[in-house]
Amino acid sequence: MESRKVTKTLEDQWVVERRVREIYDYFYSISPNSPSDLIEIERDKHFGYLSQGLRKLGPSFSVLDASRPWLCYWTLHSIALLGESIGGKLENDAIDFLTRCQDKDGGYGGGPGQMPHLATTYAAVNSLITLGKPEALSSINREKLYTFLLRMKDASGGFRMHDGGEVDVRACYTAISVANILNIVDDELIHGVGNYILSCQTYEGGIAGEPGSEAHGGYTFCGLAAMILINEVNRLDLPGLIDWVVFRQGVEGGFQGRTNKLVDGCYSFWQGAVVFLIQRLNLIVHEQLGLSNDLSTESADDSSESELSDEEEHLEGISSHVQDTFPLGQAGACQENASHSPKIADTGYEFINRPIAMRPLFDSMYLQQYVLLCSQIEVGGFRDKPGKGRDYYHTCYCLSGLSIAQYSWTDEADSPPLPRDVFGPYSKCLLEQVHPLFNVVLDRYYEAREYSQACETVSPLSLAPTFSET
Amino acid sequence: MDSCEVTKTRIPFKERPDWADVKPVPQDDGPCPVVPIAYTEDFSETMDYFRAIYVADERSTRALQLTGEAIQLNPGNYTVWQFRRVVLEALGVDLREELKFVDRIAGENTKNYQIWHHRRWLAEKLGADAVTNELEFTKKIFSQDAKNYHAWSHRQWVLQALGGWEDELAYCQQLLEDDIYNNSAWNQRYFVVTRSPLLGGLVAMRELEVNYTVQAIRASPENESPWRYLRGLYKNDTQSLVQDSQVASVLWDVLTSQNSHVHALRFLLDLLCHDLEPSQELKSAVDVLTPQSCSPDLALTKKICSILEHADPMRVKYWNWRKSMVRVQLLQSQNAERLANLSVQE
Repeated sequence: MESRKVTKTLEDQWVVERRVREIYDYFYSISPNSPSDLIEIERDKHFGYLSQGLRKLGPSFSVLDASRPWLCYWTLHSIALLGESIGGKLENDAIDFLTRCQDKDGGYGGGPGQMPHLATTYAAVNSLITLGKPEALSSINREKLYTFLLRMKDASGGFRMHDGGEVDVRACYTAISVANILNIVDDELIHGVGNYILSCQTYEGGIAGEPGSEAHGGYTFCGLAAMILINEVNRLDLPGLIDWVVFRQGVEGGFQGRTNKLVDGCYSFWQGAVVFLIQRLNLIVHEQLGLSNDLSTESADDSSESELSDEEEHLEGISSHVQDTFPLGQAGACQENASHSPKIADTGYEFINRPIAMRPLFDSMYLQQYVLLCSQIEVGGFRDKPGKGRDYYHTCYCLSGLSIAQYSWTDEADSPPLPRDVFGPYSKCLLEQVHPLFNVVLDRYYEAREYSQACETVSPLSLAPTFSET
Repeated sequence: MDSCEVTKTRIPFKERPDWADVKPVPQDDGPCPVVPIAYTEDFSETMDYFRAIYVADERSTRALQLTGEAIQLNPGNYTVWQFRRVVLEALGVDLREELKFVDRIAGENTKNYQIWHHRRWLAEKLGADAVTNELEFTKKIFSQDAKNYHAWSHRQWVLQALGGWEDELAYCQQLLEDDIYNNSAWNQRYFVVTRSPLLGGLVAMRELEVNYTVQAIRASPENESPWRYLRGLYKNDTQSLVQDSQVASVLWDVLTSQNSHVHALRFLLDLLCHDLEPSQELKSAVDVLTPQSCSPDLALTKKICSILEHADPMRVKYWNWRKSMVRVQLLQSQNAERLANLSVQE
C-alpha cells in the first residue's frame, strides 16, 4: 500500500483548511489578542434575510415547493433564536398557511393539498410551537395527528415518511418528537422503535439512516434524541457514540457529518446537540462504563490522590446532588421495568431539568468561532462553509448550533451562560436557548408543554382544530 | 417525456386538446400565504392540472405523462411521485421504461430522497432482473461522488433484497485503492464482511480483514477510518482483540514512528480499558511520549490521556473526561479488591 497517496478526500480537505485558515489568520492579524471582539451576529441583516423569505421567495424555490413547512420552521425558528418577533399579522398568516397544509386525516403536507409527510409534520408543529400563540397550538388536530402517526408505523418498528414512503431514523425522530411534545405518545406508537434505532448504530459508534448504512451526524442526532424521548437510550452504546462524535469536530472548529468528510456549519447543531444531550446522560454512561454511580464513596479516597482533573472536581462537587435527585440505578431500571419508568410523555421535560454532571466534551468556543467567522455571511444568512452560498436550512442549523454551543457550560436549564463561554461581545452574540431534543426555543417549549398537558384532561371534543374559514 | 421537450416546446395544458375536459385546481394558499414562491407560469399550470387529476384519482396514461412533467419541474414533490406509482400499477406499464425515466431525472438530483425511493420501489418490482443495472447505476454515481449517502443505501438494499454480492468485496477494495480515506467504502466493506452470504461472516473473515486493515493503518496512521474499522472487526469480542498480536504490533509501530499518534493512543486506551496486559515495549513507547510533567508512577491509561490532552488539544476536554473515568474505574476495582480481601480474611 502506497504511503500517503494524495486522494480526493485529502485534496478536498486541504482546500477547505486553507480557506478557513485564511479567514482565521486575517482576524488574528488585525486583533491578535482578542479577535472575538471584532465579531458579532449581524442580527439586523439576518432578520432582514429571514423575514424576506417569509414574505416572498423567487422562482428558484420551486424545488422546495414540497417543503414549505420547513421553510416556515427554518425562518421562524431562526428569528426566535435571535430573540426577534415578526409581528401579529405575519404570525396569523403563518398559522393560516400551516392550517392549509394540514391534512383532513391528520399530519401536515409539504404545501396545501399535498399528502401528509412526517418531516413536514415535524416542521409544521415546531413552527406552530415557535409562533406560540394559543391559536397556533389549538390549530393542530392532535387526535388526527395521532392516527396519522400510527398509520406511518412500519413492521420493522420504524416509521415511514408518508403513505408508501421510505422508512428511516429521520422518520422515527420526527414522529416521536411531535408525539412527545403534543402529549399523544402511547405504548403502541413507540413499540419497536427502540429496536429499529438500535439496529442503526454502526461499528463506528454513530447512528446511520438505515441498518448497515454509514454513521452520520443528522441521523445520530435523530436516533439519540428519539431514544431519549422513548426512555430507551441506555440500550445504545453511549461510550462508543461519544468517542465517535467528539472526533467529528475538525481542525476548522466546526463539525463534519461523517468520518473523513468536510466540515459543514449545519452539523454545529446535529453533532453539537448530540454532545449536549450526552452531558445529561452521565448516569447511564457511568453505568455502561461499569462504574457505580455512588461517586460519594470515592470522594473519601480522592483526597489521597494528588492529581485531580477539572472533570473530577466537577463530578464530585455535584455527585451528592445527583444522588438526591436520582436513585441509584435509575437509568437501568427504566429499561428493565417499563412500569417504573417516568411517564414517557414527559421525558422531554424531565430531561431538560436534569442536573448536568458532565462538562461539554467538545470545544464549544472553537465551534462558535467557526459558525461566526466561516458560516456567517455579512449581508445576512449562514452557509455550509466558505465558498458556498447562504440558505435558510443552514441559517437555521448554524444558529441552533451556535445556541447549543453558547449554553453548553450552563449547569441547569434556564440559566444564562457566563460571558467567558460566549464567543464575541456577550450582549450582541447571545442567542435564545433551545430545547435540545426538539430544537424549539426553550420558552416556547414550556408553553407548548403546558398546552399539551392541559389538553389531556379536557374532553376529546374540545380538541377539534380551529380551521380558519375563508 | 424528454426533458428538452418540456423546457423548449412545452404547450400549455389549457391548449392541449386531450386536456380540454379537465378543470385545473389552483393551490389553496389563502389570501396572505407565508413563504410564497413566485412560481413560473409553467410550474403553476402544471401543478394546477396535477391537483385536478390527483383529487379525481385519475389513473390514466395522460395522468402518467403529467406526473412526469411535474416531477421534472420539482423532483422533490413526494405526492407526485407517490401518485405516479399508483398510476404505474394501475396501468401495468413496463417498468423498464420507467427506469429510463428515473435515470433521466436522476442525473442532476443525486441527493433527492424521492428519486432513490422510487428507484427502490422499481427495483423491488423488477426483482433479480434489476440487480446488474442498479449496481452499475450506483457505480456510475460513485464515479462522481464516492460518498453519496443515498446511493450507498440503495446499493446495500439491492444487495440484501436482490443479491449480486459476488464482486462486492473487490469493488470496495478498488474504491479504497482510489481513496483510502473514503469512509463510505470502509463502511461498505464492513457491510459486505458482516452480511454477505458468500463470505462466511465476520469471524471467518476476521484474520484476512485485520491483515488488510493493519496495512492501511501503517500506510496512513492519521486516517481514522481503518482504526474504527479495526475496532469494528472485534465488535462484541474484545477478548480476541486484546489477544491479537497483529494489533499490538501495529500499535507499537505507529507509536514509535514519526506519524500522528492520536488514533493509536486512543486505540491502546480502549484496549487497556478492556484489561489488555501491555507488553514492556508498548509501555516504553508510551513513556517516551509522556510529557515530563507527569509522574512516572502514573497509571498507563492516565499517561495516555495526558499525552492526548497535549497531542489532540481540540479534544482536551474529552481526554480529560476519559482520564477521570479511568481513575474512578481504577478506584472502584481497588475498592472491590479490598472488600474481597476483607471477606477472605473473615
